[in-house]
Amino acid sequence: MSGPITMESNPLSYRGGNVNAPSLLITPHWPGFEPEKALNLIQKEAEWVGLRWVRETTQRRSARNGLPENNGAHFSFGVMIETLIDGHIAYAGTSDLSDQGLLRATQAAALKAKEMATRKAYAASIKERPTSVGRYEGPKGRWLDTEALATLSGHLIECTHRLKVSEAIVTAVAEVSLIESEVWYLTSSGTNLQQRQFMTGQHFGAIAQGSGETQQRSLNGPTARCQQGGLEAFDWDQLEAACEGVGEQALALLKADNCPNESLDLILAADQMLLQIHESIGHPLELDRILGDERNYAGWSFIKPSDFGVLQYGSPLMNVTFDPTYPGEFASYRFDDGGAPATREFLIQEGLLVRGLGGLESQHRLGLQGVANFRSSGWNRAPIDRMANINLEPGHSRLEDMIQQVERGILMEANRSWSIDDVRKKFQFGCEIGHLIEDGRMTRILKNPNYRGVTVPFWHALAAVGDLSTSNHFGTPYCGKGEPQQMIRVGHASPACLFRDIEVFGGAS
Amino acid sequence: MKTTDTHRDLFQALSNKIYSSLHQGESMTLQLAAEHQDYLRFNQTRVRQMTQVEQIRLSMRFQSEGRRVAFSLDLTSDLHADTRSVLSLLERAREEIKVLPEDPFLSPIENHGEHHEDHPGTLPPLPELLEAMGFYEKKKLDLAGLYAGGSLLRATTNSQGLYQSFSSDSFFLDYSLFTLNVAGENKAVKGLYAGRSWSTPAFHEEMTTSAAQLPVLGTPSKRLEPGRYRVFFSPKAVDALIGMFSWGGVSYAAYRQGESALQKLMDGEVRLSPHFRLEEDFGLSLTPRFNSLGEITPTSLPIIADGEVENLLISSRTAREYGITGNHADSAEALRSPVMAPGNLASEDILRRLGTGLYLSNLHYLNWSDRFNARFTGMTRYACFWVEDGQIVAPIKDLRFDESLFTLFGSALEAVTDRAEIIMATDTYNQRALGGTKVPGILVDGVRFTL
Ligand SMILES: [Zn+2]
Repeated sequence: MSGPITMESNPLSYRGGNVNAPSLLITPHWPGFEPEKALNLIQKEAEWVGLRWVRETTQRRSARNGLPENNGAHFSFGVMIETLIDGHIAYAGTSDLSDQGLLRATQAAALKAKEMATRKAYAASIKERPTSVGRYEGPKGRWLDTEALATLSGHLIECTHRLKVSEAIVTAVAEVSLIESEVWYLTSSGTNLQQRQFMTGQHFGAIAQGSGETQQRSLNGPTARCQQGGLEAFDWDQLEAACEGVGEQALALLKADNCPNESLDLILAADQMLLQIHESIGHPLELDRILGDERNYAGWSFIKPSDFGVLQYGSPLMNVTFDPTYPGEFASYRFDDGGAPATREFLIQEGLLVRGLGGLESQHRLGLQGVANFRSSGWNRAPIDRMANINLEPGHSRLEDMIQQVERGILMEANRSWSIDDVRKKFQFGCEIGHLIEDGRMTRILKNPNYRGVTVPFWHALAAVGDLSTSNHFGTPYCGKGEPQQMIRVGHASPACLFRDIEVFGGAS
Repeated sequence: MKTTDTHRDLFQALSNKIYSSLHQGESMTLQLAAEHQDYLRFNQTRVRQMTQVEQIRLSMRFQSEGRRVAFSLDLTSDLHADTRSVLSLLERAREEIKVLPEDPFLSPIENHGEHHEDHPGTLPPLPELLEAMGFYEKKKLDLAGLYAGGSLLRATTNSQGLYQSFSSDSFFLDYSLFTLNVAGENKAVKGLYAGRSWSTPAFHEEMTTSAAQLPVLGTPSKRLEPGRYRVFFSPKAVDALIGMFSWGGVSYAAYRQGESALQKLMDGEVRLSPHFRLEEDFGLSLTPRFNSLGEITPTSLPIIADGEVENLLISSRTAREYGITGNHADSAEALRSPVMAPGNLASEDILRRLGTGLYLSNLHYLNWSDRFNARFTGMTRYACFWVEDGQIVAPIKDLRFDESLFTLFGSALEAVTDRAEIIMATDTYNQRALGGTKVPGILVDGVRFTL
């Protein structure tokens, strides 16, 4: 951490330095709060007490068709208190950080832990809240104090002009989000963890309309471009040039043929692999889904506890990791929200399922190994098993080699549509653009490319895995799960991949 | 003092302090979304996770010199500390206004008058709910789900003197009951007990009705080949279908910006069935009639009737952009209180009229597959059955469909049930949602299943 985060910050925005005021850094007058003092106040109220304090700023800035659309920010501030009594943990979230407020929330949680303990699903213990002490500060790069708001606003508007390559572009949108998150987790058993992360997201999209057709195209899909770090993620010269390309492709899609309805070879670019990994590997491997916690909402899983170490999930080319250490990937961290140290682990090795995605609670309930992925979306939600960075490891094929191996196929880019059943088997996904491949060459673009399949057979059809030159890391801020529901940030790094004999289809002609 | 009253008092006091520090030419709206909720998650009829949440979220919209900045933050409920935080953001907003480009579509902040609704309720004592769960566990029921209960407050003030509020005490138990069929496959039935007044007898009746569906799910599932089938969609399935109209459907901005699935309907290329009538009806009283600007929406607004769009939802901002008259939709231009009109298909005739086909109770994970033809995909889920000659034959193995709203609510819509069901919203992302829908079941001839 840089600097004491308990101090009340300066109420005035940044004015100094070498940028024109105001800079992008917003420093509101946060309420004062001292987490260590707060823990002292409440830690006698239960057999064991945890306190997770969260302070997070999310700015959203956007422009549409040459005009400002949104300029705003959300400032989140509050604590989640955990109380353990009679083998049951109950939670209370509050943003009332006065002594009375904290005590009231803690006592309410303690009372409920006691009431619920007689009907608990399993016996919890502090083994699931290991004592950890540490600090983590994610990469920051060039942070918000180095750029003027006016400059960013100008770039966003310019991007919408560059996207609008023709009058047929009816909508041109440029949007960024800028996030700073601080979490301080303290427990009565000695855990003291501070983690701070800096993140950005970006979206540049165009919608073209003409002769009864409407088509959208964006840079890598609407939510994929998000990562940790600072403003170095915005190389504006490059982005503005890329926006022109996006506009041109949206326009070209208006005249493109529909994706055919047939079975053929499919190459997925990294910006669609992210969704394929997310839905058909990440979610089914979550141990709390396997335990049935999620059965009433997102669903169960086709994976059973006995499948670990036994089930051949896909082709031997398939290596999938949980990697919270990947530099700059959207969901990198050092400890999860239960205090477990986060390490890189193989989930699938040479196609064999070896490990699930579950934190210590699920690991103890199932008697299986897992990972440090017990995470919450904010101070008002209790942690559950979540994805973080789930990556497909690069292989050895160059993109040209994969294309050359295809007699008839399609390369698809940028996710547009996603749907999968409640045990994560039967899926149907769509992309923004397809490129027809004939006799080892890309020949023309196709509109409305979609494909469908069933998880395990699909991964067995994996015939080539791209090398590092085809790889990229993406993510999404919108992975939804849980009761009450939680939207969480996840990252997915992947190369491009080739799948054989997949059912593809297009839109209505 | 009730939490809702405390939150309301804080909000009014804070509003007064902030508005008194505005300068000439500046205007502002403040909105409060507060809740005090118990969230109780069950797995195998036992408590998996209990979370109590007290949150007070304030949104401010500041306008000056033809520009707009919007901030939101969590309040501590200490008036002094909260005032200081909001004033620091006001100061920041003033600085931003100086450098942001002008926004030509800004809606002025005006006094749209007072509007207050208070819906008190009776929530179950949690020990009673736990005891009931113990009873069902002894009966070997495997229940997974979420109980949410408590108070919700939404309130809006603005610098022109507007003040509106909506509060509600309510609960829901959104649950699934699981069973294994003879082939060892997991099957389940979905239930929702929701309202403002908890009644233990009503709750037991609800559970008994749901549990009574389990034995038929224990029989072997039928695997159906992809193809076209006649389908009856229950009200809960129709609720999911109606949800698609709010996802780039009935929004006027979406229509003009190339994002509406109803484009071809608007352009007169297709027509829907005269049996399909959809309106916004705030008579349900499940959600405030005022929007984020404090504009009060008419009690009802027809959306689709006689096969055509009667009204798209138009926010004041959209109205300015396109030079048309708005209808006080909120900025998202999504349906806030959708009601679909019932028809004349009597409950007891559903299976007979269906004849041979599918009875679908619930749908899962809907998404557009070809938005500009209103085509979307999704899965069947929970208690879905194969029916032959008006008799339930067997539960089915879940199927994926891919079909157009223009078909489901157009040429293929055969009948609408004579009873509509109120389905209370169960969304809890960020905060517990208000709202709900009232929808009947529908009988459709020829729905395409693909996987
Ligand atoms: Zn997800």
